[in-house]
Amino acid sequence: MKQKLPMTSAILTNKFERRTFVLGTAQAAVGVLLATRLGYLAVAENAKYRAASESNRVNLTLIPPRRGWVIDRRGAALAANRADFRVDLIPDRVVDPDATLATLGPLLGLSADKVSDIKTRLDKARGFQPVEVASNLDWDKFAAVSVRLPELPGVIPQRGYSRFYPTGPSVGHLVGYVGPASAEDYERERNPLLITPGFKIGKDGLEKHFEERLRGVPGARRVEATASGRVVRDLGTREDVPGKPIQLTIRAGLQDYAARRIGLESGSVVVMDCATGDVLAMVSMPSFDPNSFSDGIGRIEWKMLSEDDHVPLRNKVLRGLYPPGSTVKPMVALSFLEAGLDPHASVGCAGGLRVGNRVFHCWNHRGHGAVDMAKGIYQSCDVYFYHFAQQIGMDTIAKMARRLGLGQEFEMPYPGQSYGTVPDPAWKLRKYKKEWAIYDTVNATIGQGYMLVNPLQQAVMASRLASGLELKPRLLLDRHAPAPASMGFRQEHLDLIHSAMNEVVNGRGTAGHARLPLPDVQMAGKTGTAQVVGLNIGNGKGGQWKHRDHGHFICFAPFDRPRFACAVVIEHGGGSPSAYPIARDVMTYLFNPAKAMEALEEYEKQWGGDVRTRMRAKYDAYAARFGATAPAAPDEDQAAQEVAAENKPAPEPTAAQTDAANPAPEPEPAPIVLPSPSPAPAPVPSPAPSPTPGT
Amino acid sequence: MQRAYIPQIIARQPWRVILPLLALVVFGSLVLYSAAGGNIRPWAGMHVARFFVFLVMAAAIARVPQDWFKRAALPIYLVLCVLLVLVELIGGIGGGSQRWLNLGFMTLQPSELMKPGIVLVLAWFYSVLPVGEVGGWRAIAPAVLLLGFPAGLVMLQPDLGTGLAISFGAVVMMFLAGLPLRLFIGGALAGAIVAPVAFFTLLHDYQRKRVLVFLDPESDPLGSGYHITQSKIAIGSGGLFGKGFGHGSQSHLDYLPEAHTDFVFATMSEEWGMAGGLFVLAVFFLVFRWGLKVATNAPDRFSRLLAAGMTTTIFFYMCINLMMVMGLAPVVGIPLPFMSHGGSSMMTNMICIGTIMAVDRWSRRTGTGLL
Repeated sequence: MKQKLPMTSAILTNKFERRTFVLGTAQAAVGVLLATRLGYLAVAENAKYRAASESNRVNLTLIPPRRGWVIDRRGAALAANRADFRVDLIPDRVVDPDATLATLGPLLGLSADKVSDIKTRLDKARGFQPVEVASNLDWDKFAAVSVRLPELPGVIPQRGYSRFYPTGPSVGHLVGYVGPASAEDYERERNPLLITPGFKIGKDGLEKHFEERLRGVPGARRVEATASGRVVRDLGTREDVPGKPIQLTIRAGLQDYAARRIGLESGSVVVMDCATGDVLAMVSMPSFDPNSFSDGIGRIEWKMLSEDDHVPLRNKVLRGLYPPGSTVKPMVALSFLEAGLDPHASVGCAGGLRVGNRVFHCWNHRGHGAVDMAKGIYQSCDVYFYHFAQQIGMDTIAKMARRLGLGQEFEMPYPGQSYGTVPDPAWKLRKYKKEWAIYDTVNATIGQGYMLVNPLQQAVMASRLASGLELKPRLLLDRHAPAPASMGFRQEHLDLIHSAMNEVVNGRGTAGHARLPLPDVQMAGKTGTAQVVGLNIGNGKGGQWKHRDHGHFICFAPFDRPRFACAVVIEHGGGSPSAYPIARDVMTYLFNPAKAMEALEEYEKQWGGDVRTRMRAKYDAYAARFGATAPAAPDEDQAAQEVAAENKPAPEPTAAQTDAANPAPEPEPAPIVLPSPSPAPAPVPSPAPSPTPGT
Repeated sequence: MQRAYIPQIIARQPWRVILPLLALVVFGSLVLYSAAGGNIRPWAGMHVARFFVFLVMAAAIARVPQDWFKRAALPIYLVLCVLLVLVELIGGIGGGSQRWLNLGFMTLQPSELMKPGIVLVLAWFYSVLPVGEVGGWRAIAPAVLLLGFPAGLVMLQPDLGTGLAISFGAVVMMFLAGLPLRLFIGGALAGAIVAPVAFFTLLHDYQRKRVLVFLDPESDPLGSGYHITQSKIAIGSGGLFGKGFGHGSQSHLDYLPEAHTDFVFATMSEEWGMAGGLFVLAVFFLVFRWGLKVATNAPDRFSRLLAAGMTTTIFFYMCINLMMVMGLAPVVGIPLPFMSHGGSSMMTNMICIGTIMAVDRWSRRTGTGLL
């Protein structure tokens, strides 16, 4: 065997040389391997790594696009943008949130409740979702933060544009508001723009519905930046493409005027053009200020809004359902005419109508004497309608109600509208498995019972009655829209209704105070008072706010050549006298804005300033009382859900009604003492502990 | 030949290695100059200055007679072992992993010196071992002890990279000393079995993580995979001829970590491209070819083993570093010889070079060399 041979030096040297050769070869092989790897990385994979190196080197910062404006029919801004300085936080990059906020607080002059709002949002925000600290800063504050950036990691000061609503609360429900994108929004879209500081997404109303159109295309700033984010140099900027504007049929001035005129009440005003169906004003008050919502809803604000029994978060125009009361009477009268009833046919009203062994009361227990159709309307005599409704039948009346828009769906760019009910025998059978009864007809003809409508439908009814055209409410201005078709009513029928409605205001009717303070324009209208609770609980005029009657008024002007139609609903206003003065002033504004403003300013002195002054005062009072101790506002989506819950229509009675409603008293035809404005309704005491405004 | 016109003292210097080394060092200092944003300070100037200081040291080592080497081998080894124990003790008191001793005027890293130290002591050991014992256990057991003690201490520090470097040098020494081949094959097999076990039991968490991340760097792009990913981006984006001197964005914008030390090759490749990388590889090839040539031409067993061992030590540095920056090995803190900024690695490598130069001298004196 070879191993048996004695080991010698020569053999070892030989072995060494052979093994050194092996070692050298192995080393050379490693060298070749390294060279190959180098070639693979630098040549074969060059494109990939070149791209990776570029994406390291170049930092792309998105510039949020300027949002498209929302303008009124004449081009005035309802929602615009204004240049501002703002400061955001990126939660992922903030090292010590408490210390950062402690530094920022005094620099930006943040109040304690604001600081706790930001803390709550920081806790809830995910990673790269920016949290707004402050916007609309002046240069000094902005500069003070900018120079201290090195000690404030995660703080992003920048100049940009923010959404601005010149008339604030007046357009809250009309336009909606914007806010930072939520985690859900981001998950849905996966667009890096959504987590760009300063970018806002439409959260409600038109802002949400037309998000795509309004958004625009973001600009971008390319900079060379180090790994730690320090900018070395600017490589260029691409301008943003602003979003497209949307033009509404609204008249900005009118919208604001109506919102202010509602005053301390809780209600809606809708004004429509009688030639086209354009919605000129659509107001639900009280409202929120969309300007202050854009940085998220603060805890004080949320407390203030959610405790208010006037439900400022509900868009009452589209989501409020009310029994329309006597405002249906012109519609019922028209159905009688269409059914062939002679308008001069009359019935004697002695304060009630006996059917079988039952007596159905008129609101006027003393009776109206002989009542024909015109008097039935302008005196709002219930007996007239009870009597002839028995003859004509409910189906005819319900058909007319639907023709004029009640209970109908209209396409509007808002989610979650409530459409209400126009009852008829078939509906009742389907819904409650019960036969239609006489008292059901009695209820329906005076707009009570099962009948529920929203204020927009009332405005449509008014405009169709006024024009005889099949008007549909339109919110987006379209100058080339086809002319609306005729409803097919006979002009003499309409004339009769118009003159009776004119009598309501300018004659022997129920709303003498509603006469326009203008020499050459006469307005026609119809009052309505809808009971909220039975007479056993309250008389509907005083007592608890929640128990007072709703006040309605529909009208159009001029009565002989209608141009504008309007519907006003005041929740728990104590009857129609709460509604028609508002309608009067809104209509006045359409023909003579200066005169209308004069009246409004007089009222606002008594109310403690205009809407925004009152809201600010209330906010300050809340802030002083609760400060940072108020519970945190729910996050956007939670808030949205609560608002939605708030916006659910009043539930239909689950059990069928078993009796006629007692008609709420219409006002006596008061002596005409115009144009001095009647004293405003007293400030409404609310059961919730809310500080009095103006303190 | 020209030699007649050049003074003896200069002509006698081993230019075959000094010139390539000078090329590497100057190239390295150019890279460091660029990495400092176009400044001599703090790295480039220091780098060249250090090289010349250590070159003088290497020249001095080269003049040491073989006898001294043989006599000093064991004492030096023992002193280094004591220093390693000291480091361990002081580190134990100070807490955390300590690898250096503060001598007041400089910090000394004994594990670094142990790399040439283990080569020296094993060369001595196999030179005194009787020729007939090479196949037996007497050739293995002492060597394993000589290796095991310092390597164990270094791994305890814990410094996996240096521990592996010491072991690698020692194993190559045993291989060249003529130990039976079956030992190495058996050892490799055993290693293949032990390595996974050691991976899960002996390694520290952060070391284990490094290995895992090495296997899949993209799994942790912002953590420990960051180094490898950024290094590959730097090398890959350089292309054939690089982005140009002073235009490496990865290093200048701080994306590449340790751009002037462990990852200097990536910094270089980004600006000089594959061409620069091949140049570096070629120069290293010249250096190692010279080293192995000196080893094969050496007059006796001790000098042969010494030269080959020292060459291997430098090779291991280069090999692990380049594999690391190109994503072929996990991140271990081993610098690239003659290019990375850093005093102690430069010193170790120049000690190795000086020793090989000494071997070169011995062979010329005895006249067996061809040079």
